[in-house]
Amino acid sequence: MQHHWFRNLSVVAFAALVLVGCSSTGKKEAQTGPLPGNEQPEVTAPAQSDSEISRVDGEGNPINPQTGMPLSRVFYFDYDKAMLQPDSLAILELHAGFLKNNSDRRVVIDGFTDERGTREYNLALGERRAESVATFLVSQGVRRSQIDVVSYGEERPADAGHSEAAWAKNRRAELVYR
Amino acid sequence: MKNRLLAALAALLVSSPLGAQITIEIDRGYDNPKKIAVVPFGVGPNVAGVENPSGIVSFDLARSGQFAPTPTENMLSLPTRPAEMLFRDWRVLGVEYVVIGRTEMDAAGNLTVSYYLFDVLKEQQLSNEKFSAPPTALRDMAHLVSDAVYEKLTGIQGAFSTRIMYVIAQNLGTPSVKFKLEMADADGARPRTLLESREPILSAAWSPDGKRIAYVSFEHQKPSIVLQEIATGARSVLTDFPGLNSAPAFSPDGKMLALVLSRDGDPEIYTMALATRELRRITRQHAIDTEPSWTPDGKSVVFTSDRGGKPQIYQVELATGLTQRLTFDGDYNARGRMLPDGKHLIFVHRNDGVFHIALMDLERQRLMVLTSTSLDESPSIAPNGTMLIYATQDRGRGILAVVSIDGTVKYRLPSSVGDVREPAWSPFLNRTRG
Repeated sequence: MQHHWFRNLSVVAFAALVLVGCSSTGKKEAQTGPLPGNEQPEVTAPAQSDSEISRVDGEGNPINPQTGMPLSRVFYFDYDKAMLQPDSLAILELHAGFLKNNSDRRVVIDGFTDERGTREYNLALGERRAESVATFLVSQGVRRSQIDVVSYGEERPADAGHSEAAWAKNRRAELVYR
Repeated sequence: MKNRLLAALAALLVSSPLGAQITIEIDRGYDNPKKIAVVPFGVGPNVAGVENPSGIVSFDLARSGQFAPTPTENMLSLPTRPAEMLFRDWRVLGVEYVVIGRTEMDAAGNLTVSYYLFDVLKEQQLSNEKFSAPPTALRDMAHLVSDAVYEKLTGIQGAFSTRIMYVIAQNLGTPSVKFKLEMADADGARPRTLLESREPILSAAWSPDGKRIAYVSFEHQKPSIVLQEIATGARSVLTDFPGLNSAPAFSPDGKMLALVLSRDGDPEIYTMALATRELRRITRQHAIDTEPSWTPDGKSVVFTSDRGGKPQIYQVELATGLTQRLTFDGDYNARGRMLPDGKHLIFVHRNDGVFHIALMDLERQRLMVLTSTSLDESPSIAPNGTMLIYATQDRGRGILAVVSIDGTVKYRLPSSVGDVREPAWSPFLNRTRG
């Protein structure tokens, strides 16, 4: 019993560390060292928090400072809804940080729906989803002039299937960096 | 009775024209279709290699679901002139009406198609007409015969000389995806490509004179509205504002276009005067307002709005701005289109998560679901108001389907080359007669 309690405490402490490490507004603490279990990514710029957020891959897409992998650029939505899901926000904050530190970069947010419902209403719903992402980025301090919004409605499915699984993959917004 | 209709239709499908990429498969017909015999037309000298109009006429009448054509092999005699008519040969088969005719070539090289329509029980000739045109217009002349016979026997103007427009999508979900906007005769024959693109095409609409179309194209990597002349293919971009440019709909007099723009923050309905390209904003709501269509009197616009939370159909009077909600049943009603009588609405209706086409009597506030297919969308009404064409899915493939306004006649139009969607039935098209 005592052993169990102690393990829970360290899990909570670890989670707190991860949370602190993940949130980023560009003004907060710098990374002091690698998180347990992660490899230290190769640093190609001075170890300041601002320029870590500016790291990009070969195609110009921003890299997650924690993992060294390109930031996920696809965000999913529930049926009939245009509200961002809570677990999208942390990654979007990282995108916001990147855009604020690279004011010469633009991003296009493409909005999509699944095939159900009418085509024109879906064009509008796709736009609403892309606008949700744009509004969040602006709320994090990104200039609106860096953002374009385009809706494809149901016209460009990621999965051309007709199942719930396929539909879930199609209800999305995608960030495309210029 | 139904078996005979299906057998007759099966025989016709075998003889349907080659080269048509859309084939017609009939599901259901009226319970008591009128039994009509369309006798193979006589062929004059010098008429070589020309299709017999009787096959085209039989297929037209069968497709309406209201007629059961007699198979040729059951006919006891094959008259091509009134003098050759023996009414007892038809009475014994239970046939009610007979169409006979001839195809001839005149000295100028034009084809003439003449027909006679008989009432078997009354032993009476009901009508006869003669059409003349270059041989390339043979199918058109046959459809004129169908229109005339249909109108004589039902009292309703025939829609067999009309066209359909639709989008074919190939290789969906792959990088080699291709979209084609095509136009064909109402029976699927003579398909013709109007636009081909690597980017999506949707919402194609006919002008009331049938000479121009408007549609949404993604050729500039965002939706814009394009106007195109059918005869010449000449195109111009009508609107290309930031945000949506979509859902074009011509007014009944052809002078205005209703459309959707989201340049002011969210999708709103606008009208545009086509002569001046002047825009007038119609809706002002922080909601999605889209899918406008015109009432037959041209005074109001029917549209979809989710201002109440979910998509429902509304109507706005253009002169006053007075807006009323039309649909209350179900949590998703969209893409409303008025019947020519202005008293009924056709729309997409979601019930228990399934999308059907529904008909509503606006005066009696009564709703009737017309289709038993699902994932139905894009209904478009034939100009005589008797049938509508819509897009649906069959075993994972996008197809078109036709259903009569009372829901009794249904047939499907799959394409052999890809997914078909976004059908639009043309208005009545003026063709020269005689």
